Order: sequence, then structure tokens, then C-alpha cells
Amino acid sequence: MPDSLVDRHVGFVHALRAAGVPVSVAEGLDAAHALRVIELADRESLRAAYAATLVKKPAYRPGFDVLFDLWFPAATTGMYAERQEKAINPQEATVEELRDHLASLLTGGIDQEMREFAQSMVERFGRQAAGPGRQGWFSYSVMRALSPETLMARILRNVLAGQERGGLAEKTVRQQVNAGVRRFEEAVATDVRRRIAEDSGIERIARSAVRPPLDQIDFLRVTKADLARLRREVYPLARRLAARLTIKHRKGRRGRLDFRRTMRASLQSGGVPLTTHFRPPRPHKPELVILCDTSDSVSSFAHFTLLLTYALREQFTKVRAFGFVDTVDEITRFFVPGADVVEAMTRLANEADMVRFGRTNYGHSLERFAERYGDAIGPKTSLLILGDARSNYQPPALDVLKSLVSRSRHAYWLNPEPRRQWDTGDSVAGDYSTVVPMYECRNVAQLTAFIETLA
Amino acid sequence: MFDSPADVTERLAAVDYLSDDAISTSVFLAAALGKPLLVEGPAGVGKTQLAKAVALATRAELIRLQCYEGLDEARALYEWNYKKQLLRIQATSDDDDIFSEEFLLERPLLKAIRSDDPTVLLIDETDKADVEVEGLLLELLSDFQVTIPELGTIAATRRPYVVLTSNATRELSEALKRRCLYLHIEYPTPERERDIVLSQVPTIRADLAEQLARTVATLRALELKKAPSVAETVDWANTLLALGRDELDEATVAGTLGVVLKHASDHERAVKELGLPDA
Repeated sequence: MPDSLVDRHVGFVHALRAAGVPVSVAEGLDAAHALRVIELADRESLRAAYAATLVKKPAYRPGFDVLFDLWFPAATTGMYAERQEKAINPQEATVEELRDHLASLLTGGIDQEMREFAQSMVERFGRQAAGPGRQGWFSYSVMRALSPETLMARILRNVLAGQERGGLAEKTVRQQVNAGVRRFEEAVATDVRRRIAEDSGIERIARSAVRPPLDQIDFLRVTKADLARLRREVYPLARRLAARLTIKHRKGRRGRLDFRRTMRASLQSGGVPLTTHFRPPRPHKPELVILCDTSDSVSSFAHFTLLLTYALREQFTKVRAFGFVDTVDEITRFFVPGADVVEAMTRLANEADMVRFGRTNYGHSLERFAERYGDAIGPKTSLLILGDARSNYQPPALDVLKSLVSRSRHAYWLNPEPRRQWDTGDSVAGDYSTVVPMYECRNVAQLTAFIETLA
Repeated sequence: MFDSPADVTERLAAVDYLSDDAISTSVFLAAALGKPLLVEGPAGVGKTQLAKAVALATRAELIRLQCYEGLDEARALYEWNYKKQLLRIQATSDDDDIFSEEFLLERPLLKAIRSDDPTVLLIDETDKADVEVEGLLLELLSDFQVTIPELGTIAATRRPYVVLTSNATRELSEALKRRCLYLHIEYPTPERERDIVLSQVPTIRADLAEQLARTVATLRALELKKAPSVAETVDWANTLLALGRDELDEATVAGTLGVVLKHASDHERAVKELGLPDA
């Protein structure tokens, strides 16, 4: 390697900062100190040392791992360590043999073997023509050649060996194989990135390889896998928020003097009331009415926000939720305490009566809401509207919204679209925001910041 | 304290704590660089246990500060013994100095700083304490000294090995995190969890432990409110032993699911997704 360890260390720290991981100068120095005391040849312990000194939030960890694999690659092409006796020669075996080998790795392989196998598979299948006269490395060609997900049936047949299908045993094996496939995919992707970096420089690939941390992912571009991960985050997030809110409430205005406790405490200091005690202030708990657009374009945003507010139920006296596409229905009943999250969402989509013609119509929905559920809004209510304000060029019914807002204590509109897209096409965000303060709410970070101001 | 990460692994294993690469390296670095170690992770993955194991492995005294809401200086650091001071003022007429060593009540943090013997200071569930306590910890963790206005600054005679744990119910301040090495412990891989079960419950059969670890991994893959912790897996192993079961079939799982899942909705979900018979 041409550059020194210090250069590499500094480059790595810079790349981390560029990827949004806040690394202070002191932390960089800590890492450098750590390099002096650990065994540099042991790659996993080097990784752990960097992680311990530089990455202080689990959300940054995936990005860190990607960058670490680029800056401190496990192997350099043409410089492999001496291979041990192998059961299979990866460059000459038939695809069928390779698939057999992969199947055995998926059920009981150790990480090291898996990585080595992934490397040799990238070497064999990963090189593809990328445009005229150029060649590139790709993971999809490796995955297509081996198609690990089609191995499931074979593995199940082997492992279960005549046991009953569909039971717990099968579920366990499936979970194990799926985890293995994910590990294999990751190992392949890592090796592909490493090879691209060798061809065209680390900095080039580093910029595109790191995905934003979970709380920065755009709601409107969320993938199915991300949504599942977001849903998992709902309860921890709600717990964190709730804790912060209770602290904030307690820290606020002090209540009346608690005479009895103050006197009791003064006995410790000989009758002198050195410390005064106060009664806790009466907590302020708003009533919340959520009106959310559940049409496909913004549904992932609406779902996540609904889940979060329901997980935070204790922070509000009462939460009522209404969903609409072009007509409106109350959806509070799907969120009974202890209800299953995923099930609530599917039932909501199937049973609630929110669709007339199937095209979002804010004006009509607002009118129907005022007509049928107008009494839900009172002087104690905070009204929260979730949607992108894209109404398919239908009349926006601003008057209705104005009267709803004037009857409520507070009203807010959360829009999952970036601010610069408001008022483009059929969006009437500008008109609505004259009546209701409208906030851009594109990711979990913005949402939590908003909820903190709300409660 | 330790020679290398491998040495950490070995000595922790000797006191029945199975570590992995990340844990061993972080523990080793914390000792080698003389920095506090902040351990985060879901409940029940063995964060507190790690501190106890380090104390046991290095034959150090474990001093524990349990954080809770409303924890203050007087409980964490030191307190003046008011009663004794009052009595002294009333008993003697000459103006004795009542802010001296003999009126000082030592609390865990001060005790750890002043101890001459090797100590492991465990500050447990740091996230439960108020933000002010973090401010209090800053001086202690960066310079290993505390300042008592009446007595002056007391520096550590021997640096304690500090472990902070947190469940991340609230984000700890950047300033605190910057001063610590950070270790995030996740749920272990099924292989490691099997070994943990085997070391904690030595009488269990290896294949049953394996089955148990795989089943728990399957449960964790479901979207649950509260995923089963390592401690609960160990409880489950003990339960199976007590019931005399040597096979983890559907009926057994359904009957003992309450050991690992503590929410009614999680229970229903697991029964549905895993196709268990109704218990």
C-alpha cells in the first residue's frame, strides 16, 4: 500500500465525517492511540477499536462498516493469503456444485468461510460489461448465477428430513437460512465495492455506498425493508420521546409550596428550612385529533406517524384518528391498546370506509369531516393533519378548514414532501399553509422534533 | 490490567462471561487507554454483567452507582454530615472547622476515586438519571478528579475502571459520549447464545440449547414490542429443565412462551406466526 497508516487513518476519519458521522478531533486522536495498543493485523479487532472510539450511536454503525471495509479491505486482489485445503474449487466447479456448497454454508457456515466464498464468487461471476468497452463489478450477476433464495426448498427438504412441514422447526430453519442469505448478499456487496474501489479509487465509491441512517430516510422513498425497520423503531422511539417529555414537564413551572414536606425536611437541619419542596405541577395533556391522508402516495408516512402517536398515547388525554382518501372515516378503533401493529394496518386498509372514487380529494374529505365528526374538535383539541396537500385539482374547501382550525386550540399540518416541491403540480400546500402552519416532515428526525414541540 | 483482547476473552470466559471480538477489544482498550467504557444495548443482553465480570476477572472491587430520576450530588458523590456538624457546633464553643474529612460522607463516586485498591466503578442505567448528573460526571470521567468546594480538588490515587451502562431511553449528551469509548451490545448470534446458555445452565443438553437459541432468534425476527433478552433465554432453559422436557416441540413452546414474551399482543403474534397450538 503506497500511503502510510496515518494517511489512511486521516482519510478514513474524513470519509466518516463526509458520510455524516460526527467525529471530533479528540475522538480521532483516541482512535490513533488505540491503533498503537492493538494488534493491527487482526482486522476484526481493528474494526472494533475504530467503532469503540469513533461511532457513538448505533444508527451510524452500518455506514461505518461499509466505509471500514473500503478503507481497510479484507484482501487485495492477487494477494490472497495461502488457502487451506478446500472441499471445492470455486473457479472450476459447476454452478450446481457451488449451489450445494452455498446451501451448506447457509445452514452451518462460519463467517470467515462465507466471506471467502463470496469473494471467489464475485471473482468468477461479478465481472460484467458496463457499457461499450468498459467492465464493472456487479452483485446482481453473482446473485443471479447462484440465486441463493431458490435454495430454500432444497435445504428444508434436507434438514427437516421427513418432519412435519409448516411447524416450528420449519420456521426456525427458514429464519436461519434467510439470515444466512442476507449475510451472503452483504459479503458479496462488500467485495464488489472493494473491487470497484480498487479500480476507480475509494473516494468515488464511498460517496455513493453509504446509505443515510434510519432516522434520515425520506418517508416518501422508503422501501419495504426500511418500513419494517422503522416499525421496529416505533416503540423504542416512543419510549425515548415519552421520557424526554416527562422530564420536560417536570422541569417546567414549579407547583405550590408543599408545606408538610418542607417542614419534615427541615428537621434534618435543626428546624431551619434549608430546602423547600413543591407540589408537582398539574400536567398539561392535550387532546389530539389526527386527520390523515391514507392514499398510496403518502401511506407509509401516515402509517408511521399514526403508530408513533398511538405509542405515545399516555402523553395525550385522548387521541382520535380519522383517515381519508376522498371521504373520511374514523380509524381510532383499529388502535386499541395492545393491538398488533401489523394487523391494525392491514385491517385499517381493508375495513375502513375512506374511498369513494379512489382519487385523493382534500376538499370533499374536509367537508365530510366537518359534517360527520365536527364535534370531535373543541377548545382543548390539537388538530394534526397529515398529507401532501395534493388534491387532484379539486376545490380545496379552505373555509371549512378555517372554521375547523378556529375551533381548535392548536392546528398543525405535517407535509412529507420537501418544501421546494410544495405548490408544484396539483399541490395546494401554499393555500392551506395560509390557514394552518405547515411543517415539512420528511424523516423520523423531523417528526420527533415536531412531536416534542407538540406535547 | 489486560495484555490483549485475546487475554480479555480468556479471563472473562474464566468467570463465565462469553465475550466476542467487539466486547473484548473495547474492554481491552478502555483499560489500555484509561478511558471510561459506555455500554449501550437492549435490556437484558448482559451490560451490567459485563462490568461485574470485569471486576471478578481482575479481582477488583466493584463499586456500583445505580442511577434513577432525582439522583443528586448528595447520593452520587458526597454529602456533609449535617447532624454531626450541628452537634459539634452546639457542643464546642471554639470555632472548629466543621468542613473537614471527619464530617464527609463518602458516596460511590468519591469512594471509587479515593480507593487505593483496584476498583471497577459501575454507573448503571445512566440514561435514567437527570441531565445534571451527566454534568457532574464530566469532570470525573475526563480527569478522574472531583472538586468539593470546601475541601478542594481530590484527584484519583488510582484510576478506577469505569463502566457506564445505558438503555438509550434518552440520548446521552455529546460531551459525555465524547469522553467515553462506546460499545453497543446487540442480541448475540444463535451460536454465541447457545454457548451462553450452555455456560449458564451446564446441565442442559447441547442440542436442546441449540434448538432454544434458534427458536429465540426466530422470535426476535418477528415484529415484537419487546424482543426476548438473553437473560430470558437462560430463564427459558431453566424452565425446560425444571419441567423435565428434553425436546422443544410446538406444545412445549406454546406452554412456556410466557417465560420469554411478556406482552399479550406479542404472545398472540408468536402463536399466529409460528403456527403454535393455542395454549
